[in-house]
Amino acid sequence: MASVVLSEAEKLYIVHGVQEDLRVDGRGCEDYRCAEVETDVVSNTSGSARVKLGHTDILVGVKAEMGTPKLEKPDEGYLEFFVDCSANATPEFEGRGGEELGTEIANTLYRVFSSESCVDLKSLCINPREHCWVLYVDVLLLECGGNLFDAISIAVKAALFNTRIPKVRVLEDEEGSKEIELSDDPYDCIRLNVDDVPCIVTLSKIGYRHVVDATLQEEACSLASLLISVTSKGALTSMKKVGKGSLDPESIFEMMEMGKRVGKSLHIALQKILDEEESLGTSRQKVGFLG
Amino acid sequence: MAAISMRLPVPRKAVGLSAPRGGEKHLVAPGDTITTDTGYMRGHGTYVEEEKLIASVAGAVERVNKLVCVRALKTRYNGEVGDIVVGRITEVQQKRWKVETNSRLDSVLLLSSMNLPGGELRRRSAEDELAMRDYLQEGDLISAEVQSVFSDGAVSLHTRSLKYGKLGQGVLVQVSPSLVKRQKTHFHDLPCGASVILGNNGFIWIYPTPEQKDEEAGGFTTNLEPVPLSDREVISRLRNCIVALVTQNLMLFDTSILYCYEASLPHQIKDILKPEVMEEIVLETRQRLLDLEG
Repeated sequence: MASVVLSEAEKLYIVHGVQEDLRVDGRGCEDYRCAEVETDVVSNTSGSARVKLGHTDILVGVKAEMGTPKLEKPDEGYLEFFVDCSANATPEFEGRGGEELGTEIANTLYRVFSSESCVDLKSLCINPREHCWVLYVDVLLLECGGNLFDAISIAVKAALFNTRIPKVRVLEDEEGSKEIELSDDPYDCIRLNVDDVPCIVTLSKIGYRHVVDATLQEEACSLASLLISVTSKGALTSMKKVGKGSLDPESIFEMMEMGKRVGKSLHIALQKILDEEESLGTSRQKVGFLG
Repeated sequence: MAAISMRLPVPRKAVGLSAPRGGEKHLVAPGDTITTDTGYMRGHGTYVEEEKLIASVAGAVERVNKLVCVRALKTRYNGEVGDIVVGRITEVQQKRWKVETNSRLDSVLLLSSMNLPGGELRRRSAEDELAMRDYLQEGDLISAEVQSVFSDGAVSLHTRSLKYGKLGQGVLVQVSPSLVKRQKTHFHDLPCGASVILGNNGFIWIYPTPEQKDEEAGGFTTNLEPVPLSDREVISRLRNCIVALVTQNLMLFDTSILYCYEASLPHQIKDILKPEVMEEIVLETRQRLLDLEG
């Protein structure tokens, strides 16, 4: 992960600030930085989203391809995650430096989406045991400004909301061989229901309190963090502790409660912005990367 | 209560040239022809191709008699003798420290250019060399003055005055060096209740104003007491104001920071970073600065 070096006095200042609920940029312990969300930025994907959370910039593209279902779940489609830490984000990611972080994030995403209720995988099935939709979710880290997991999960949810999977019909021949027919209308597609897609909330322990949405400087002062994934209804789908410090079971419980609260507000804010963008329709001025 | 605000991105709009001060600036981008007149000498940021003088960086053209050069708007810090800089120690070597100052090469702080605690003046011994890490470690922040510039552009620093030395508790903001205005003094005690050091290299240090002014330590003993909440609010507000000024590309000096602070008072500290509030505050600051000039 990208890290900054801080002097002891600076770290002390940050820690004392968090104790008094006034962080360096004036936020409270439960406040997020201003986020910018835009979907449909990459034209040759089934769905895409770009999220800017302070200095963290994430681009997610979803491609729907046809594949064979997994053996143990023959009537469901599935999601594949791949995370690329581009060297643009920080010089530490040069060459193969970003691979470790990329695999860690991808594994976390697999865990978060492992719960059955997150995405309706049965709707991705075309022919049981033969054909199904596989959603390849590619995450690209453009800039590292702290709080990667939250931004990535917001971007993944927005990209899945934006994904349009073409409608297919299965035709049976007289010999019994099945043919798949794609509908001619490019706008005839199915959308995914992302109501139960979880978002990750990272709670970093700084001193005796915990904060959400830590900047790079705050991450340098925190020894332990808890990553929890929360759905919009407040249900936890996974939990992971990172960092070399230790967490008291009491504080884990408090962090979980705070995470659930913050997660619910996060979902409400994200859904509102996605609906707003949707309602603008084709009249929306696309900003993209050159705006 | 969690405050989470998400918004759709807005395309950047061109900053309106409200009042061009001091005449129009000739702005160029890399590849633009500056002049086809062959009588000029090429300076920094230019090159000659097919008898045309072409810019190699994006910035403003400066002409001194026959010398044409382009001063880039966003560059690394180029040291000049007498500049005040704020730097971070990256390495501790034999008899010197390497300091990161946002320039092309790490700056150098020699052991002999550093004040000893108590203000002693004596020859540095081998024990001083071994105790270097007790004075300054990797990651520490210092304020120093540029003593000289080496031929390769590396800068040599010194802290031979009691006002320079290791910095204690506070907040560092990193901006582009071209946004810091050159002034007589870069250490300001703002009336709102905090002090600020505007490093020429773009590192701005905001810290709580120390109570006693008779610090004989020369900045070696760091005050590790918690800073009171009222001071913290002032420091956070100043930090957000500086970020707002930088985003809108306004020059940073004590008056502009102070006006921006006063314009931001009606808003909450965390709201200052919202794009619309930033524009409003900086517009008001710009207006007041123009009124001040004439």
